[in-house]
Amino acid sequence: MAYSAGVDVGSTQTKAVIINEKREIIQRALIDTGANVTQAAQNAFRQTVEAAGIGEDEIDYVIGTGYGRYKVTFGNKQITEISCHGRGAVHMFPNTRTVIDMGGQDSKAIKVSAKGEIVDFCMNDKCAAGTGRFLGAAAVALRIALDDLGSTALQGSKPVRISTTCTVFAESEILSWLGKGKKVEDILWGVHQSIASRSIGLLRRVGIEDELTFTGGVARNIGMVKALEESLKKKINVSEDSHFIGALGAALFAMDHIIASRQPAHKEALA
Amino acid sequence: METEQTTLVGRGNQNGAQLFRDWFVDLEKSRTDGRHAAYVFVMGSLNEILKTFDMPVVFPEINSLQTAVRRVAGDFLTEAEDYGYSPDICGYVKADVAVQLRGGDHPMGKLPKPSLAVLTNACNTYVKWAEIWERMYEIPIVTIDVPGTRGKRGDPTIRDVSFENDRRYVEAQLRELIQTCEQITKQKFNVDKLRETLTYANTISRSWKAILECNRSTPSVFNALTDGTIYLGVANGFRGSRAGAEYFEQLLEEMNYKAANGIGTVNEEKFRLAFVGVPCYPIFRRFNEFFSDWGGSFVQSTYLYFAAGGANLGFEYDVDRPIESLAEGLLVSVRDAMDSMFHQDQILQTMIDDYHLEGVVYHPIKSCRTVSTGLADGRKHLMAQRNVSTLFLESDMMDKRVVSEAQMKNRIDAFFEGLISRRQIAAANA
Repeated sequence: MAYSAGVDVGSTQTKAVIINEKREIIQRALIDTGANVTQAAQNAFRQTVEAAGIGEDEIDYVIGTGYGRYKVTFGNKQITEISCHGRGAVHMFPNTRTVIDMGGQDSKAIKVSAKGEIVDFCMNDKCAAGTGRFLGAAAVALRIALDDLGSTALQGSKPVRISTTCTVFAESEILSWLGKGKKVEDILWGVHQSIASRSIGLLRRVGIEDELTFTGGVARNIGMVKALEESLKKKINVSEDSHFIGALGAALFAMDHIIASRQPAHKEALA
Repeated sequence: METEQTTLVGRGNQNGAQLFRDWFVDLEKSRTDGRHAAYVFVMGSLNEILKTFDMPVVFPEINSLQTAVRRVAGDFLTEAEDYGYSPDICGYVKADVAVQLRGGDHPMGKLPKPSLAVLTNACNTYVKWAEIWERMYEIPIVTIDVPGTRGKRGDPTIRDVSFENDRRYVEAQLRELIQTCEQITKQKFNVDKLRETLTYANTISRSWKAILECNRSTPSVFNALTDGTIYLGVANGFRGSRAGAEYFEQLLEEMNYKAANGIGTVNEEKFRLAFVGVPCYPIFRRFNEFFSDWGGSFVQSTYLYFAAGGANLGFEYDVDRPIESLAEGLLVSVRDAMDSMFHQDQILQTMIDDYHLEGVVYHPIKSCRTVSTGLADGRKHLMAQRNVSTLFLESDMMDKRVVSEAQMKNRIDAFFEGLISRRQIAAANA
């Protein structure tokens, strides 16, 4: 049995996934990236390997992805998170044609073909509005744990309108709403709607086609899922492993390589 | 031992760089000699007329981009912003303002002050830019209003009543320019000298078109982004001159030699691409390396069309009716330059077939709305019409503050991953 691994080094968190030849996830790990990106990649990888109960040398191919992909020094290759999220999303939900990935510092809309090819993509540019960082700013301003943001937001019934598109100014705006006596849950619901609106702007630039799959760390936020579904007026695919889809995509490309290298006329994927 | 290859290959880049240095030496000398210089723009420079009067010609757009290539644009931009210009306006304008505030000091030499500014309406900033010199130096401005294409991209071969009306309108304006030059230089207009500059310009236009077409060969014989920009500078600065004509005859010879001998620009040309917009001058070489590292080669660029003032058409003047024909050439060429900015999707569809393109890279820039507006829509339209991969990279042609290399590289890498994946899927289905 061959194994491959994907290590997704994001701006906030580092994710690692190991899959087998049946392309099933056999183990995953998630740690904060911190300042030492190389160390974070190694730690995430080692945690995954140990949890899987196999040796590092049993992993036949490792691909690094994410902004820190070139810091996956033990990896065999690097592929962008754009390709990896597209690949991982289609693997999880084969009818996926559009992907919205929300990470700590960037959001991306990806259009994929039925064959998993990246047709088009669009990312936020030079601004963290519409990303996890925007939610982080709200959590700080409202003194709420990140994991509780979504559930608290869903209790809101009269969302405020967050007009700023700037993450830094959003904090001031949130405080001003608090000063006006607005409920925390209504402010938070407004924050989620604001981010959903920004993300849909990205999606429209590539064109929204069914099915839409939501990936990345922010996809674990149930409030964000609902805000997107309400704005788009459609159900969206969300996996329990949404956080790991970039790493999964990398592991899938790695497995492609392992299998292709067994063929007589070896043609490497994405090489 | 020198072979044909060692003497020919790379000659255009070397000679182009030398001509540029010589040009700035001449400009500096013209300043000390107290000659009357004209400030002009790349889309309709009217070099043909100005050279008839022996006027030194300054291209502020070229001066400004040189500050970015030499990595000093930041100082110039900041100086103009401190003087009161907004960070959001054209970076070329601001760098030039700083040059003027420094009394003409430019990294390539000390530039002469203008005695005249000549512009067309091809770029809406030209008018406001020239007004700055008018205020600074109290000089006359001659604006040639070139009627643009009505509706979709025009057919440059049509000669109907409407065209003739437009041509006569342009001709009348050229005659006013000639009168203004006579007044400034105190020289009588010499039509035979105009015929001479038109003849040199004809050689350049004819060669320019032929050189662009040389890149139909595989591998491409010049990089439209990097090499092309050097050639473009010579095409603009030396239009209507003997030196320019000789340079382009030699350049065409070099390109033909490279095409005949399969000499390309990268080790292995894996992907043939077109570039749309103005180059990213603050990281000019690095930007290209992001693509060449993947085997991507820029075979064509709309910049070589519009920033050459439409010389891509290869229009040749009839020297037997010089002013009439100059008006005709200016009309079709500047009009085509505008079309290459505003209707680029149409020219790209032809390029995809003629130059066997796999990808198109759009580069909208923050400080130039003229060339950037509509690129997003043009890209969508092209993708709906043609099965071609595209990449949309937003940065700037001057301002490093809005050039994010890491984000740029990430997008470029993903673009190539998509191209590879597309090929693999096509191969699997074959």
